[in-house]
Amino acid sequence: MPVIDVKNLSKRYGGTVAVSDVSFTVEAGEIFGVLGPNGAGKTTTVECVAGLRTPDGGTVSVLGREPGDTALRHSVGVQLQESSLPDKLTVREALELWSAFYERPADWRQLASDLGLTGKLEERFGKLSGGQKQRLSIALALVGNPRIAILDELTTGLDPQARRDTWDLIAGVRDRGVTIVLVTHFMEEAERLCDRLAVIDAGAVVALDTPAGLVARVAAEQRIRFRPSVPVSDELLTGLDGVRGVLRHGPQVEVIGHGNVLQAVTATLAAHDVIAHDLRVEQPGLDDAFVRLTGRAAEEA
Amino acid sequence: MSVFVKLTRSELRLYLREPMLVFWGLIFPSVLVVILGCVPAFREPNPDIGGRRVIDLYVGIAVILTVAMLALQVAPAVLATYRERGVLRRLATTPAPPAALLGAQLVVSMVTAVVSVALVLLVGRLGFDVALPRQPAGFLLGFLLTAGAALAIGLLVAALAPSGKAANAIGSVLFFPAMFFAGLWTPREAFPEVLRRISDVTPLGAGEKAVAAAMSGSWPSWGSLTVLVAYVVVFGFAAARLFRWE
Repeated sequence: MPVIDVKNLSKRYGGTVAVSDVSFTVEAGEIFGVLGPNGAGKTTTVECVAGLRTPDGGTVSVLGREPGDTALRHSVGVQLQESSLPDKLTVREALELWSAFYERPADWRQLASDLGLTGKLEERFGKLSGGQKQRLSIALALVGNPRIAILDELTTGLDPQARRDTWDLIAGVRDRGVTIVLVTHFMEEAERLCDRLAVIDAGAVVALDTPAGLVARVAAEQRIRFRPSVPVSDELLTGLDGVRGVLRHGPQVEVIGHGNVLQAVTATLAAHDVIAHDLRVEQPGLDDAFVRLTGRAAEEA
Repeated sequence: MSVFVKLTRSELRLYLREPMLVFWGLIFPSVLVVILGCVPAFREPNPDIGGRRVIDLYVGIAVILTVAMLALQVAPAVLATYRERGVLRRLATTPAPPAALLGAQLVVSMVTAVVSVALVLLVGRLGFDVALPRQPAGFLLGFLLTAGAALAIGLLVAALAPSGKAANAIGSVLFFPAMFFAGLWTPREAFPEVLRRISDVTPLGAGEKAVAAAMSGSWPSWGSLTVLVAYVVVFGFAAARLFRWE
């Protein structure tokens, strides 16, 4: 049974449609990614799931309850974009106060240590760096020992090392059985962490699949580049199974194809005693899938 | 310990970390009493105000000033800033009821007001021989109702202000006329008749009237108590209806 079930969600702000038709389910124990360009409706969608906004249409069910049900507050931890704390509250005070809100809180000292905040416990919120604030924010979302954690733009503002540390932490949280909904526009993050992804564009889900599945949709095409040790004719390659075309870039040969084209090309070259120097295979990644699905580059998102 | 108590302690701690807010809410009303008390003429009986001393009146006015500072300046700015910065939103995702923060903020204002008023009375008594309220129960009632009325107005400001800065500005705009009618610049006793009538129906004017009556030993008039209750009910209801968490 899914822990989150969103059906035909829609939400308008005045005359602007933020979400027109979003449906997905999240299974227990998975990391579910919500991916999409800016303004696609990602945040609105998860805010409806978190019970912070009331949908105009459709249904949302979280652990079998309405998102607004206050009983869910104990089971759902939320990390929001753009929500801060009083400047003069220290890290320790925030963690202590937040753990007092919950029936079965996690050990906040352990969380602080996992997130590299142990040295900052006496620091006031206003004095923290952007990355430290973000880490505290993640800690506060997890301090209640939630069954579901909703994390919006988890690693925005973190440096690359802190980002990787946070990914490890999130993977560890999932391994403890917590279901995670992750809003992101970092392809690497989605690829590394998410079991499944919903790509949202212009308020609707345009694709819902595993990261590998999404890539496979656009990954029909591979590009193989190499510099042959002796000249080879185009005909030698164009006749091969799966090859769609051959291009020349000076001494470089580029073969475009799909399926087992790489194996076919290398086997043929070997059979003709041709050595392929500087052999490179270019396969599309999640980035390309994203661009194909939304018509936008992820960096703009 | 309950969530509410922890939140209240946390809010109180945060208040005490704001030196400016502590000065205006907790210290300044007593400082005002000291400054006025140091003027020799203010310690002499004055026939213009019924033979009482100016300093006697100003202890009562300083009580109202305390309430006005906390309710119109401090509380709305704190709450509107919390909303502006998403603190209320973040709290809404936790099991802590958002209203608990509002309640904690009110308790902090009340506790601060009680301490500040006690300080004002003490300074008046020890420094300038101003008698403690001769009708203590009436004084307490008048003080609590005035604080309630002012806090209800302050909460409405917090509800309507789009930002902490706006709440501060609106609070200040209300503060000066409200304190004028409470007699901060000229005691109500020296007001012309029309002005006093108007003052009687303003929240802090009615509050000052109630507190002054209890200071000199009589029970606050039904008129001023009714005005105060009306402010608590009307503004409290409006604030509760209009308060937005984000």
